[in-house]
Amino acid sequence: MIPELGHFALVIALVMAVALTVVPLWGSWRGNYAAMRLAPTLAAAVTVFCLISFVCLAIAFLQDDFSVKVVASNSNSLLPSIYKFSAVWGNHEGSLLLWVLILSFWLAAVATLSRGLPTVMLARVLSVMGFIGVGFMSFSLFTSNPFERLLPGVPADGNDLNPLLQDPGLIIHPPLLYMGYVGFSVAFAFAVAALMGGRLDAAWARWSRPWTNVAWAFLSLGIMLGSWWAYYELGWGGWWFWDPVENASFMPWLAGTALIHSLAATEKRGLFKSWTVLLAIFAFSLSLLGTFLVRSGVLTSVHAFAADPERGLFILAFLAIVVGGSLTLYAVRAPSVRSRIGFGTVSRESLLLVNNVVFLVATLTVLFGTLFPLLMDALGQGKYSVGAPYFNAVFVPLMACLVPFMGVGPISKWRDDSVYRWRSRMLVPALVVLACGAGFPLLSDQSFNIWVALAVVLAGWLVAGLVQDFRDRNSNSPSLLRSLRRQTPSYWGMVLAHCGFALAIIGVVATSQYNIERDLRMAPGETETLAGYRFEFKETVRLRGANYLADGARFEVYQGDKLISTMLAEKRRYLASGSVMTEAAIDGGLFRDLYIAMGEPVGAGGAWAIRLHYKPMVRWMWLGAIFMGAGGLLTVTDRRYRRQPSRSAVPVGGADVVQA
Amino acid sequence: MHPVRKQRLWVVLSIVLFSTVAIGLAAYALRGNINLFYPPVDVAAGKAPLATPIRVGGMVVEGSVQRSDTTLETRFTVTDYQANVEIVYEGILPDLFAEGEGVVASGRLGADGVLQADEVLAKHDENYMPPEVAEALKNSATAGVTP
Repeated sequence: MIPELGHFALVIALVMAVALTVVPLWGSWRGNYAAMRLAPTLAAAVTVFCLISFVCLAIAFLQDDFSVKVVASNSNSLLPSIYKFSAVWGNHEGSLLLWVLILSFWLAAVATLSRGLPTVMLARVLSVMGFIGVGFMSFSLFTSNPFERLLPGVPADGNDLNPLLQDPGLIIHPPLLYMGYVGFSVAFAFAVAALMGGRLDAAWARWSRPWTNVAWAFLSLGIMLGSWWAYYELGWGGWWFWDPVENASFMPWLAGTALIHSLAATEKRGLFKSWTVLLAIFAFSLSLLGTFLVRSGVLTSVHAFAADPERGLFILAFLAIVVGGSLTLYAVRAPSVRSRIGFGTVSRESLLLVNNVVFLVATLTVLFGTLFPLLMDALGQGKYSVGAPYFNAVFVPLMACLVPFMGVGPISKWRDDSVYRWRSRMLVPALVVLACGAGFPLLSDQSFNIWVALAVVLAGWLVAGLVQDFRDRNSNSPSLLRSLRRQTPSYWGMVLAHCGFALAIIGVVATSQYNIERDLRMAPGETETLAGYRFEFKETVRLRGANYLADGARFEVYQGDKLISTMLAEKRRYLASGSVMTEAAIDGGLFRDLYIAMGEPVGAGGAWAIRLHYKPMVRWMWLGAIFMGAGGLLTVTDRRYRRQPSRSAVPVGGADVVQA
Repeated sequence: MHPVRKQRLWVVLSIVLFSTVAIGLAAYALRGNINLFYPPVDVAAGKAPLATPIRVGGMVVEGSVQRSDTTLETRFTVTDYQANVEIVYEGILPDLFAEGEGVVASGRLGADGVLQADEVLAKHDENYMPPEVAEALKNSATAGVTP
């Protein structure tokens, strides 16, 4: 009964979403305020029914209702309750329902938090989001109904959740990622609504900006969690594989990064308006493209669910409608919103432009690498795959190009600045940073590494720019405490995010360069030394968990004579599915991770294939991503977003030059 | 030059510069880092290049997996039910690698017709089959050979 209720609720939600798409939009066209004012109510209705639907599916999972097909194929009575709950989105149908649910949350948030918006604007924004909801709800209902029953012939027990997904990280990774993915639909809706109204001004950018920042922050955190999960769960110690599905989440992030910077210029100076709109469309289209890549199974990926061409076709058609429709609207409307504001060649605007160009080019190269196999296959040129070396070779130099400009960014002035001023401000920091770059790699016990030196210089340059900027802002402030308190949340958000980027640079480069990994055959009693750590294989043990049996390998790790850690790596065999999974043992720290994973038994004598890793500073990049996410979230608390926005256009290129 | 034009020139120049860098890097990176998939039947027929990074995939033949007693070397045979290719891999195989399952190995083909793999990918859940393998199997099925 409950699954039928869920199904029914989803149908009602779809009907409400159709009404939300049609009625307020019609109202905005005819100038009918009654119709437009229906939008928030309809949005709330969509949210409520999506929530009911999702809760019903969750109940079916928690109650082991194996007559429901997705429950039978993705859950098991032995599964711990928390994983029964996360199993709701551990499959295609359920994760799509989560997508819809999160879209409805964004709908509700926009409807309740944007009361200050002009009625027409709010009606259009909610309508556009409603249309996206219609697309995904009908996708869910018509091609991948999560409430489908297996009647008759209800299985006695379920197939079990894929063991890789039985993990705390996977409970929150998809919701966070979807918050980001779907969040760009808000930026998209604002852009399309503004195009419809033909009004692209600083006020529009100010409305759109906090939503975009939040979506971007969630996406950063979601990607970070995915990377962390891959690191400890997949058992080979990698943290980024340039897998098509990782790219699918990374491309919207790159485009989103360009978008939040160009929005800054649009809000502060009324510049780059049509460009910002285009980026908003682009970022959301990439989110949709990502969904298409994941859901259709067209690419070989560790994330692909069982392929179904019909599903792929549906999303592709929807993608075509959304991208085609919005670009047509853009082509018709954009020429009328060109800005007539100039800026100096040496100015903050130029630096933001560099940011945009670099991030856009990076997005396109990743897009090219991701779609290249599809393209060649479609042309009948054979089945290619593009490996990580391609992406590294393209992406890393591009980011390195960006950082010199990024360091100057905070100290630069809007409108017009001078190279002379930059030089006078940044000369001393530059020398300090160069000295650090030369000195820091010497702290490592390995030979001098030029790449690490370069990374330290780049990251230091970013931080130096921020420090110099902070000093400039507070040169006549009486006390440090007062200066700290005087800055706005959006300033601190920028500082946090840029520091996060610096942390991530150091983490990525140090791990890649100093990482030591060894696959070897070890029997209990044997010892192996790696980077000054002595790994002693003590014994193998048999373990039993709630729904699995495991072989464990107990290691003691010594540095000199000091016992650092006792580590237990596991090889689990899950009872319901019979699938085998590696559970790595990780001794984590701020400056190094030790990582042990078991392969398979080798030969006689109880020996195992064992993977030992030494990974210095690997946590810095996740820490960096957390900083970026926190920075993005912090900007929203800025008072100027909470203030009721005035209905008249805000003067463009205002006097608040100091703010980021 | 008029300042607005001059600025536009700079904008265009910087876009051209970065795109050129990107295209150059992409072209350079693509040269060595893409590899083509060959089904076993093509490898057996000698259509696959030697000593070039390629990928070969198929089903692991039952009973073909031999593990060394002293090192991490594993030998196994993959098939598309028309031809077989022997693969040697040194290292830790993925959890879902098993006889009778689909795998894709990337590596270089030796003169002896054995693929020296540096990476082996197995399917990662019950229903999923690497698309290349699925298609190779489908092609060999339509070629009139029963598995």
